[in-house]
Amino acid sequence: MKLDAKIPGGQLETKWSSYKSQLKLVNPANKRKHELIVVGTGLAGGAAAASLGELGYKVKNFCIQDSPRRAHSIAAQGGINASKNYQNDGDSIWRLFYDTIKGGDFRGREANTYRLAELSANIIDQCVAQGVPFAREYGGLLANRSFGGAQVSRTFYARGQTGQQLLLGAYGSLMRQVDAGNVEMYPRREMLDVVLIDGKARGIICRNLITGELERYVGDAVILCTGGYSPVYYLSTNAVNSNVTAAWRCHKKGAVMANPCYTQIHPTCIPQEGDHQSKLTLMSESLRNDGRVWVPKKENDSRKASGIPENERDYFLERKYPSFGNLVPRDIASRNAKEVCDENKGVGSTRRAVFLDFEEAIGRLGENVIAERYGNLFDMYQNLTGENPYKTPMMIYPAPHYTMGGLWVDYNLQSTIPGLHVLGEANFSDHGANRLGASALMQGLADGYFVIPYTIGSFLASTELPKVDTSHDAFNESENDIKQTVNKLLSIKGGKTVRELHRELGYLMLDKVGMARDKEGLEETIEKIPKIREEFWNNINVPGSSDDLNKSLEMAGRLADFLELGELMARDALNREESCGGHFRTEYMTEEGEALRNDKDFTHVSAWEYQGEGKPHVLHKEELEFDRVTPSQRSYK
Amino acid sequence: MSETKNITVHLKVWRQKRNEKKGRFESYTVKDVSTDSSFLEMLDLLNEDLTKSGKEPLEFDSDCREGICGTCGLVINGVAHGPQQAIATCQLHMRKFKDGETLTIEPFRAKPFTPIKDLIVDRSAFDRIISKGGYVSTNAGSPQDANAILIPKKNSDLAMDAASCIGCGACVAACPNASASLFTSAKISQYALLPQGQPEATRRASQMVDQMDLEGFGNCSNHGECEAVCPKQITIANIARMRREFFKAALRS
Repeated sequence: MKLDAKIPGGQLETKWSSYKSQLKLVNPANKRKHELIVVGTGLAGGAAAASLGELGYKVKNFCIQDSPRRAHSIAAQGGINASKNYQNDGDSIWRLFYDTIKGGDFRGREANTYRLAELSANIIDQCVAQGVPFAREYGGLLANRSFGGAQVSRTFYARGQTGQQLLLGAYGSLMRQVDAGNVEMYPRREMLDVVLIDGKARGIICRNLITGELERYVGDAVILCTGGYSPVYYLSTNAVNSNVTAAWRCHKKGAVMANPCYTQIHPTCIPQEGDHQSKLTLMSESLRNDGRVWVPKKENDSRKASGIPENERDYFLERKYPSFGNLVPRDIASRNAKEVCDENKGVGSTRRAVFLDFEEAIGRLGENVIAERYGNLFDMYQNLTGENPYKTPMMIYPAPHYTMGGLWVDYNLQSTIPGLHVLGEANFSDHGANRLGASALMQGLADGYFVIPYTIGSFLASTELPKVDTSHDAFNESENDIKQTVNKLLSIKGGKTVRELHRELGYLMLDKVGMARDKEGLEETIEKIPKIREEFWNNINVPGSSDDLNKSLEMAGRLADFLELGELMARDALNREESCGGHFRTEYMTEEGEALRNDKDFTHVSAWEYQGEGKPHVLHKEELEFDRVTPSQRSYK
Repeated sequence: MSETKNITVHLKVWRQKRNEKKGRFESYTVKDVSTDSSFLEMLDLLNEDLTKSGKEPLEFDSDCREGICGTCGLVINGVAHGPQQAIATCQLHMRKFKDGETLTIEPFRAKPFTPIKDLIVDRSAFDRIISKGGYVSTNAGSPQDANAILIPKKNSDLAMDAASCIGCGACVAACPNASASLFTSAKISQYALLPQGQPEATRRASQMVDQMDLEGFGNCSNHGECEAVCPKQITIANIARMRREFFKAALRS
């Protein structure tokens, strides 16, 4: 297999605009003859389904939630980046592009990242036109705030609910298309397989999550917008139903998986309070605008924060990174928090937490201003922990949050399966080895509103798509496979619950394939996961039946896929003998303890091809070419 | 974290099989629940116990578990989203309950919310209400610059207050008439307060209200129960605004 990223020629600044004007078009009368399947209704999926409906395609849109408005994009808090330069602080497309590619530790694709920065301004215009109530100044203009990894203020926000407001904007547009008859909505459906006919993605099989029936849907292309895979860690800021299943089943049908080891552990989360808890709550990174991160200088210091005098506090981010201070990128903030906790300087009952302190900001700005900026986050913290962050510092610890890796796509967002397009967090393309804050919303909407509407037309106009229907043998085969798996899961009736084995996998992943990794630990993981998998297939207890609403069965199917993905993540991490962004190998660091890349051997995307059960994946490399930027040692000092 | 201890709670939970006309309460006891755990984590514990003892776990909806997706929704001791104001069920913590307390857990009940299974109900009526005008009709494309229209901060803030609705349905469950007025009015208000919403204001108000009636939701008779249980503290001032918008629409048509 040769990976062709299909990056258009020409100057970086004009690639997208000139490419767009050369793309083939589908005439309006023919658009309604094309049925498109969009899976997922988050920012990428909702925006894509709405936009494609607006263009006149016949769209079928699926989601596992009971309503498209509930996709997990809704939980994004802090904001969305756009290079508007409204603040007159020197922002530009180039700067947003450069910050993003540098933030990703020079492991992203130049052309995709530039396109993302270029589209960012358009997204804000679009969302404002939709009536998204962004925060405003008294003069009526849009407000901005700062985020990690940038020295300009380019983040637009709607209180601490930016994801919610952007998603509801997309959802409104989507429901308008449902009402217009261009989009058919299928909620409470879980995609369990992609159906390939003549090598192309021509349909999907879903489980109706209410009745348990397997349903077949046919289309001219499949657009997968199903999010990331961080719940592989058990502990995650993702929703409890977030999963990798749709993407993984596509992977097993031939879509190669790129950089699965690039995962983001978000620095500002509320620490776990017990084993039964898998969902961790994130506190927006925007808190680092005004909050100061510190730990006691003394080891095992059990005094309350208020009892520790100023000169016995270590503001470790400000000390180590004076120019970015508390606003260093996420990977660096997380790793440093882990390091101080490993040095026994952690705080709280578990000693796996650091302080995030607003005392100085409250003194400088007053409690009212802080409440205005972060009120809902402070309330959320108080509600969860029973402590008042206006009076005592918050305690935070990193938690798995976002996955930069995902299905490999070319510049058109098409995977290695013709017709299967992958958008948003589910693909790998825009964030390299680390994503900057407020960039996920940007990418989801860019892909959905402004990329796929162009590239899908070109695919449809240049591809032969003979008429097929759901009686095709490929559907029968796929459905039979799913039935067998479901029946097997229900028949084992062993001694372990899905939650128990998920926890076992997750803790192992977090320990060995988390914020810091090494050869020994990765090899151990590769040895251990097959054993957990074996136990799963021999000793899992899935109650209930297949022809009913059965959440235990849903979770079991998802865990089965996480158990395969986890091993590939470890293999990818083992293979990548360097440190970059969220992938930190303790064998490869600078004298100061920072990530040490190996550009000579690893300036490539690692794309893994599935070979069948029990067979090792085959590695393909897409070399990354940097024409306009020069990869440098990332420094935020 | 604050003072942690482990408590025991007794539950009276509504169970109803799929396609079953009528459900019933069943009693369970959950032991060793940390007061730091959330209410839904306590139900997760119950489900672990039920699974291990060969019984069918309790089905309930939840997703983000941070109060923003609107998926969860239980009536706890007769109150939608439970005893603490301004939060969704998933944000409720066990430190709010006493050791040995008995808790009654029911689904959100309303005629348009048909039961699916146990504590899960069908809220798709909300999607159909939104489909009748809960948006600005603008296609993805090349709109004018975002700062071309100035919006007074006050209006923008009020619009945001209304827009923060999570569509959970607690307002309907709490209303003696099962009215969806708070939900519908929040969306109508958001756009009534913004310049982008003006061109379609008339059509939006009349169509969304019509759909609300068509789905079988009752009328608002100013009980105010909706506002009291709303996890996002959306006020009934929005219902007053919806009425104004609706009358304006009626006069213009």
